[in-house]
Amino acid sequence: MDHSTRTGSGPALAAPPAPAGSPAPGAGGGVAAPRAPRLAARAASMLQRQGAVVALVVVCAFGALRYPAFATPENLLNVLRQNSMLGLVALGMTMVILTGGIDLSVGSVLAVAGIVAAGLSGYGTAVAVLGGLAAGALLGALNGVLITKARIQPFIVTLAMMIAARGAALGATGENSVHVDRAAKGILWLGRGRVAGIPVPVLLAALAFAVGWVVLRYTRFGRYVYAAGDHADAARLLGLKVDRVLIATYAISGLLAACAGVVLAGRLGSGQPVAGTGWELDAIAAVVVGGTLLSGGQGGVGSTVIGVLLLGIIFNLFNLEGTITPWWQGVLRGVFLLGVVVVQSRLQRRASAHG
Amino acid sequence: MTSPPPADRHDESDVILRMEGIVKRFAGAVALDHVDFTLRRGEVHALVGENGAGKSTLIKIMTGAYTRDGGQVWLEGEPVDFRTPADAQAAGVIAVHQEIHLLSFRTVAENVWLGREPRRWGLVDWGRMHADTATLLQRLGLHIDPAATLGALSTAQQQMVAIARGVSLGARVLVLDEPTSSLAEREVAILYDLIRQLQAEGTAIVYISHRFDELYAVCDRVTVLRDGRLVGTHRLASLERLDLVCLMLGKARDELRQGTTGFAGHQAEAEGAAPLLRAEDLRRGQKLRGVSLDVRKGEILGVAGLLGSGRTETARAIFGADPRDGGSVHVDGKPLDARTPDDAIRARIAFVSEDRKGEGIIPELSVRENLTLAALPTLTRAGIVDRARQREIVDQFMRRLGIKCTSADQKIRELSGGNQQKVLLARWLCMNPALLILDEPTRGIDIGAKAEIQALINELAGTGLGVLMISSELEELVEGSSRVVVLRDGQNVAELRGGDISQQSIIHAMAEGSAASAVPAALEA
Amino acid sequence: MSTTVAARPAPALGRWWSALGPTGGALVALVVLVAANSVFTPNFASPGNFWNILLQLSVTLLVSVGMTFVIATGGVDLSVGSVMAISAAVAAVTVERGLFVALPLALAAGMAVGLLNGAFVSYFRVQAIVVTLATLLAGRGLAQVINRDGALLTIDDPGFLALGRGHLGPLPVQVLIAAVVVALAVFLLRSTPFGRYVLAAGGNPAAARLAGVPVNRTVVSVYVLSGLLAGMAGLVEASRLGASAAAKIGQGAELDAIAAVVVGGTLLSGGRATLLGTVVGALIMQVIATSFNMLLIPYSWALAFKALIILFAVYLQRPRRV
Repeated sequence: MDHSTRTGSGPALAAPPAPAGSPAPGAGGGVAAPRAPRLAARAASMLQRQGAVVALVVVCAFGALRYPAFATPENLLNVLRQNSMLGLVALGMTMVILTGGIDLSVGSVLAVAGIVAAGLSGYGTAVAVLGGLAAGALLGALNGVLITKARIQPFIVTLAMMIAARGAALGATGENSVHVDRAAKGILWLGRGRVAGIPVPVLLAALAFAVGWVVLRYTRFGRYVYAAGDHADAARLLGLKVDRVLIATYAISGLLAACAGVVLAGRLGSGQPVAGTGWELDAIAAVVVGGTLLSGGQGGVGSTVIGVLLLGIIFNLFNLEGTITPWWQGVLRGVFLLGVVVVQSRLQRRASAHG
Repeated sequence: MTSPPPADRHDESDVILRMEGIVKRFAGAVALDHVDFTLRRGEVHALVGENGAGKSTLIKIMTGAYTRDGGQVWLEGEPVDFRTPADAQAAGVIAVHQEIHLLSFRTVAENVWLGREPRRWGLVDWGRMHADTATLLQRLGLHIDPAATLGALSTAQQQMVAIARGVSLGARVLVLDEPTSSLAEREVAILYDLIRQLQAEGTAIVYISHRFDELYAVCDRVTVLRDGRLVGTHRLASLERLDLVCLMLGKARDELRQGTTGFAGHQAEAEGAAPLLRAEDLRRGQKLRGVSLDVRKGEILGVAGLLGSGRTETARAIFGADPRDGGSVHVDGKPLDARTPDDAIRARIAFVSEDRKGEGIIPELSVRENLTLAALPTLTRAGIVDRARQREIVDQFMRRLGIKCTSADQKIRELSGGNQQKVLLARWLCMNPALLILDEPTRGIDIGAKAEIQALINELAGTGLGVLMISSELEELVEGSSRVVVLRDGQNVAELRGGDISQQSIIHAMAEGSAASAVPAALEA
Repeated sequence: MSTTVAARPAPALGRWWSALGPTGGALVALVVLVAANSVFTPNFASPGNFWNILLQLSVTLLVSVGMTFVIATGGVDLSVGSVMAISAAVAAVTVERGLFVALPLALAAGMAVGLLNGAFVSYFRVQAIVVTLATLLAGRGLAQVINRDGALLTIDDPGFLALGRGHLGPLPVQVLIAAVVVALAVFLLRSTPFGRYVLAAGGNPAAARLAGVPVNRTVVSVYVLSGLLAGMAGLVEASRLGASAAAKIGQGAELDAIAAVVVGGTLLSGGRATLLGTVVGALIMQVIATSFNMLLIPYSWALAFKALIILFAVYLQRPRRV
């Protein structure tokens, strides 16, 4: 009886490998693809994942060569600092997108958290920070509950939350900013402080990404996040409590947005009701550019780091160039995003056609 | 005359699962009406019945996907009440469904251990996961790489992984729902080996299939359901196939003399009629490697072959649904280079896909709109759709095909499978096609509607339409076709005509590549 | 094997409710809102207010009609706000050459963006949300560039100003435009093959293709249509303001449009569309905004209420399954 099979595209481990590209003998129902297209498919798949890294390297090289001010520690640290808060938001967005969903409310939640933290700052740093984070987590969890229990699409739920939270932020503050009290100096330190020369927001973002990476790769919860995005119904039938995973994911997104909001409030010295406007789109752009697919189930935290850095450095190059008006920057950003996504889409189709 | 052998008596000693008096209702209709079912340790127990008989409902209750409205279930003598699939899985009752319910972007190992990943210091232990998976696969005799992405494996291998997962979950009862519907013959053999091994280990298996050969090859007993009721449980060794069919259909043995399909009474092949369609050396990637066939006016050409043999690809290449790499198509002597379905439609070819839900119906649109979708260009005058004419056509075809629905404005997704298929057929018939390509026209349809559709196809051929009929149901091919072309691996391997058409010769051709007594096309005058 | 399982008959009230259909539900909500306001909000039930609401509504309605078609194909167009700004900018810089040059150019600009969107969605198979996100970003920048790099260009042409401020008898021009557009759109959706093709492409593109429906062409067309209507809306808005304020025109327009469409009963996943529903949805949103304004409740609470209505409407629409 014939038991030969084809090996898949992952690294071979333990099991006896069949020679790559060899067809199953006497196949009645599956003829293996010949060598060349399969190699191309694997290259395409890798390029799609690593493409962002390549782009990042190219862009950095270009920047270093053209602008002497680029490759300096102050500039680079600046870039990191400016993008660290977006990075936190993008991390949360990554997890949501991995489950096949989307979170349009992050910008508004960020503002709410900043206002709550500033509002509670009279009671000291701990209370203020916890309050802000709790607000974000709760709003995120509410998103998750509406999505799973009321079975409304994530796009709509988070859209509504975006509108409602922004409204609440504007309404509660009378459209004024809320000053951060001196009693909560810690918050100011979060936004403006440095440790060994590195801005605190950067450290926070780095820490968050590290934790996020470990969680996604090495915890059951992380595996369930991927499962939910891969095929939620199958995951349910396999016994996973998909709803709980989804609620947790949206809560985490809210929590991270809140984190960014608190840090931003610290940096600005006040919580502002208009903070975070448009950040959801920037976060989505960073996640997509990094290589994570909107359809869910594929991608990861590493890709998002690359995406955030890539977009941040391009913005930095625009500034260094000096002559590009903010308007043209907007145009270029949009064109770049489109270009990247088209290339990714082609690569992904090539990869799956022969895989 | 001959009555089926007496039903099997209870044998208490090694019953692992007992279900008694199971009742399940849906919106007032009774899906299961006091059904009993017992399963013994180490047996392979077939569950058969036509669509709508209640098989999948019973299985879903067994595995916790549905809750029962009445009756009792005992597992190993203890009463159980599964509220979710997780409950059933925890108790060792596991289902492997027809559609692969696994995660295609994750590896084999991840899929096997999903939900119970081995951990070290709270974190997932990848090394152990791979090692344990490798051991498991080896024990089951499967040569699959644990690190392979599931989606990259063949359907057969994915199914094996699903079964391996069930085994690793400690399945005491394994339910296999149509396990071979996507497998090639060689892969079926692998599955049988696996089943026998599990049997030897004491696992009880419930096997759902409509393929009698398999049932008789691997199962010990069979339970027959009809219209939600238990007809009986028998040992397969003492039940003739014809008797089994009779039990399933509720017919007496002599009623089946005429044949089991609606094609009974098909006219002889239209000899000497001009070829309506001539396809030569069709090629497309790996799937089509040189298929040629021709269809004459008034004949039904059956196309047989296993999954992956290129039947659907042939049809789609002719219809222009997929671009072809090589070969030619002539309709009525004129060349046709169809790059989109529109080109083929203009040449009066129609195509009914095998995937009714995915490629057939537009679910939110009404019966009327679905029926006239392809005909819209002809129903349009000065940019506006002619409603009166549309109504006329819809009424005419609804009557002719006996489409049952509350009104033509009902959403098509609310109709039964059989009625949906009729609407799809009507969509093409109202275009007055010359050639009708049908891909599995009666799949997933209850037996009454099946016969109606088969009779309709027969009638259409009688009026001069050429029909190319792809089917996996051998009875359909045997009784309906004037000629049968058999494909394998994207190529022709046989053409059968007249008295040579039989289930055996078709199976032989599919398996061995040449029918026992096929007449090679080249020798034909 | 698939069996269509009939829905369990809901309790009497629920059955009546679902017989209304999602648009019916929205209509009831609208009636309730208007009635409540007529009682509790001073000056609400006055002709002046009636025209006021219609006026405010026109711009949103134009964009929402286009959005309805796009959503019906299963897509979404986030770039409409930027397209509004672009067309306003194009009009502002070409208006000296006369309206017969400026208006068509402005609308053509909108259609060009739509064409770009449609091409990427259908031929390059990129997800609509990402494509239109990119054009949203690029478009806003482009509008500023066209606007002589971020200047605020005023427009004095009386013909142009008539768009947003003129009247034909008692009827404001923009209300007339919106009404005509809605009527044409209803005709397009109901009585032409194109309307069926849009729904088929959104309901089941694979099946539609096999039935000979020109799916790609249809998808591109709806985005072009959306661009055209957004262009019109931009012109009306610029006319109202008397200037091309590239930073302000169309900000948030996409959200209002999506909200109107969704509340009205069109499915976000595509395959089913109701223009009447969109009108009702847009009216609901506008009534809320106006009444909150008149009651002197801060705008922010109006936002919160809008969000609630959106959620509620979508919740009512979800397909019932056993």
